[in-house]
Amino acid sequence: MQAIKRKKQKEKIIEGFFLICAFVAVVSVLAITVFVFYNGLKPFVSNSYPLWDFLTGVEWRPGSNMYGIFYMIVGSIFATFGAILIGVPVAILTAVYISELAGSRIGKIIRFAVELLAGIPSVLYGVFGLGIIVPYVLKISPNAQGESLLATIMVLAIMILPTVVSISETSISVVPKEYREGSYALGASKIQTIFKVVLPAARSGIMTGVILGIGRAIGETMAVMLVCGNPIAGIPTSLFDQIRPLTTNIALEMGYASGVHQELLYSTGVVLFIFIMIINLAVNKLVKAKVGS
Amino acid sequence: MDANIKFNTKNLNLFYGDFQALKAINMEIREKEVTAFIGPSGCGKSTFLRCLNRMNDLIDSVKINGEIIFDGQDINGTIDVINLRTRVGMVFQKPNPFPMSIYDNIAYGPKCQGLKDKNQLDTLVKESLMKAALWEEVKDRLNKSALGLSGGQQQRLCIARTIAMNPEVILMDEPTSALDPIATAKIEDLMSSLKKDYTIIIVTHSMQQAGRISDKTAFFLMGEVIEFNETPIIFTNPQDKRTEDYITGRFG
Repeated sequence: MQAIKRKKQKEKIIEGFFLICAFVAVVSVLAITVFVFYNGLKPFVSNSYPLWDFLTGVEWRPGSNMYGIFYMIVGSIFATFGAILIGVPVAILTAVYISELAGSRIGKIIRFAVELLAGIPSVLYGVFGLGIIVPYVLKISPNAQGESLLATIMVLAIMILPTVVSISETSISVVPKEYREGSYALGASKIQTIFKVVLPAARSGIMTGVILGIGRAIGETMAVMLVCGNPIAGIPTSLFDQIRPLTTNIALEMGYASGVHQELLYSTGVVLFIFIMIINLAVNKLVKAKVGS
Repeated sequence: MDANIKFNTKNLNLFYGDFQALKAINMEIREKEVTAFIGPSGCGKSTFLRCLNRMNDLIDSVKINGEIIFDGQDINGTIDVINLRTRVGMVFQKPNPFPMSIYDNIAYGPKCQGLKDKNQLDTLVKESLMKAALWEEVKDRLNKSALGLSGGQQQRLCIARTIAMNPEVILMDEPTSALDPIATAKIEDLMSSLKKDYTIIIVTHSMQQAGRISDKTAFFLMGEVIEFNETPIIFTNPQDKRTEDYITGRFG
């Protein structure tokens, strides 16, 4: 009797320990959210800087008390959109190649390369972009520098590959083989089967990968900082224009800023946070829709 | 050569790696008859069926030798596999409609062959569904997902999808094993009515089914065809002791 009781107690203690571990994540996300929102909303609540000017301004000159992030929002969105436009088709076709077309050996090699790509620290992507992509952009650019929206898009397009490839590949590989057999039995070719049956059937999984890729692209800081140019003003109107995404704005100045300047960097974080939350909600919705069907 | 012979296999052997799944199969299958393959699980009947439209191509380890003459041509050689599969359709054990609308399921095969004309497609979809005895049940929801149909309806949709290709032969791999008795009866009725237009070859685990619907029956055992004859003879007067044991339920 005593032994059973002691055993039960032990189980309870271990269970409690698991619960504490699980709480670390919950507490962290709450702490970060509260901290960023508290600091970020302060300047607007205390009226030390107007929200409207912050959201619509196109100049960021802390020295002249001008803190507009509209051009950064535009830059972030353009860079992300461009990266998706280039990266996603490449990623999906890579996933198709690995799972449907390549022999097992070549498939393994490509999959290994993609996994390695996922493990490269983002600062190295930035260095690569600065050393290789930026000089190339400079050659074709009408502007005097190679740091640009285009260079940012190229670096981000490569960075989202691993996410989109691996999630697409997984969702392609779980498409039932009965669909493929049914298609072949109707005289469809391999390519027809892939594009008309397999990819549509894997669509929701692939969309999840794309949205995670968007999240990665919009949140990327270090690699982007090295290739985007970080101008203090101006909405980008061409691919060769420099951009200053929300993330790099925070990273560049948080180290030395103080007062309203610092608080408005937190506000930049709030805007970024809201973007990321929207993306996460979209993922959740998609995943639910997938389970629902 | 007898003009009525659709498939003629000569000394057909098939290996999965080192395992020999089919041993020297010689069989003549006639046009516009229902031929049933029976036998215990793993006897090679499905494997043989899948040779007839080259579905075994999808499995890497398969090696085949011998001849399969289809309308005078050996389909084991270098042939246009896509053309073969448009002439020899297949219905699978588990109903496998594509996750798209009922209409698109039927139109899929013809579209893959390049048919684009909307009117022609509409007519083809309607005719195919009527032939598969499904039109009345689905005519008001052609644009709804095929996955919303019952199992039996899905299987008739798969048959309609096959008919839409206007094949000469329809292969059926245990088409009713996942269905309830009522749905099974409907598919069996359908097969009898399709017989006048198509050559049907069916793999079945149900000897009653083979007895009800087929003209000829082949009994497979461990990769060999033990006996192949008129269905009534197989069931009433089998020549081989092993056939008799199987149909009387002594094994399998």
